[in-house]
Amino acid sequence: MSAVRTLATARRVLQQLSHDRRSIALLLAVPSLLLVLFKYVYAAGSQPFDRLGPQLLGIFPFIVMFLITSVTMVRERTSGTLERLLTTRLQRGELIAGYGLAFGLAATAQAVITAAVALGPLQLDAHHAAVIGVFAVLDALLGTGLGLLMSAFAVTEFQAVQFMPAVVLPQLLLCGLLNPRSAMSAPLRWTSDVLPLSYATDGISNAAGRPSLVGSVYADAAVVFGSLLLAVLLAGGTLRRRTP
Amino acid sequence: MVRGGRLALDRLSLDVRAGSVTGLIGPSGCGKTTLIRAVAGIQLIRSGRVTVLGEPAGSARLRGRFGYSTQSMAVYPDLTVEQNLRYFATLAGADQQSVEDALRDVELADRRSQLTGNLSGGQRARVSLAAALLGAPELLLLDEPTVGLDPVLRRQLWQLFQRLADGGVTLLVSSHVMDEAARCQRVLLLRDGRLVADETPDGLREHTGQDDLEQAFLTLAERSGQAS
Repeated sequence: MSAVRTLATARRVLQQLSHDRRSIALLLAVPSLLLVLFKYVYAAGSQPFDRLGPQLLGIFPFIVMFLITSVTMVRERTSGTLERLLTTRLQRGELIAGYGLAFGLAATAQAVITAAVALGPLQLDAHHAAVIGVFAVLDALLGTGLGLLMSAFAVTEFQAVQFMPAVVLPQLLLCGLLNPRSAMSAPLRWTSDVLPLSYATDGISNAAGRPSLVGSVYADAAVVFGSLLLAVLLAGGTLRRRTP
Repeated sequence: MVRGGRLALDRLSLDVRAGSVTGLIGPSGCGKTTLIRAVAGIQLIRSGRVTVLGEPAGSARLRGRFGYSTQSMAVYPDLTVEQNLRYFATLAGADQQSVEDALRDVELADRRSQLTGNLSGGQRARVSLAAALLGAPELLLLDEPTVGLDPVLRRQLWQLFQRLADGGVTLLVSSHVMDEAARCQRVLLLRDGRLVADETPDGLREHTGQDDLEQAFLTLAERSGQAS
């Protein structure tokens, strides 16, 4: 692996993003605006906001990064640039690491802004803001990894966008955001046990809800990290040098 | 060789001489792109062998030794011309000077700060060509690099190809324009995935008794049609 080529790739991805001011604005502002909306939907009491707010801090970056990555990657595949990249010295690992780095940075910026809005003006009552921040970045990278992976199955950008409801929404329904996982029927709980977002949500709930950190939070973080590594490795396998 | 579920190249055997410009000429859909992709090592091949610079095509040792410019102008539309070239230069291990040289070679120095997506088709094709030139490759695979260019610029690019060949670079350049064949040392005529001719432009004229290369191609096409 060459750090020079990895960094050049990350820089290139960020340069592309920098020419798209509207996307940057959407990327940075939309999660905060959604949280504001969410808070005032439950204007009567702050309880649902305090319970779900931290979880949403982790879920927004996941969704956004999944979308951005899968669409960008499909563009890379259909425009012929991926084909060209694979004839250069750039290795697949360097390409993926470059993407992870660039989008990880974008996700961090998003998470910091969203968390600042939530904990500041919106007065979200949560413990361990830093731990929630770590989960938000892990979630973003998980979204990036799954986006890279799913982009292999999309031929057009239109299809890539359709993968968002197909891949993200089931995880959203089953991760414990709407209904605690322990209250679900057994088959649903088993399904949620193999979906990575469940662990991210568990981890955030456990960190935000208790003044002291429990060990399961670390285990949850490890599962999310392992899942994102797996997604990235599988995604690397889909970058075929030779195509029909 | 099969592409898109269709036999794209059938019983093809050819050599491309080092340090020369070889033209790959034929109508669109005849297999030019498939052949170039096979040499670039990104085409799945059903059977056959492709050797490039002494290595099997697609070998990791070849990466960075050749430049490849696709027909789809594989550059990033949402980067400026210079940002595109700097990125590909880093991947090729080339320096800023080679970016400047490539910009000058394709006459885009005055467009360097423009977004590539805002350029005309011909200008974008030149950005793609410039990206292939970076890092002094030994072999250049150029798929229809002169499409949509005005005749003056086209002539300049062919002069550039010749200069590169004189300096020892091997070029395989595809085109569907017959008169570009005259600018190559060797011409490979492809039709329906078959090689109809592998000659010098003069040899082509001699064998067919036609002065005009377009006519020569027609004669050869008719002959091969009768043979099959």
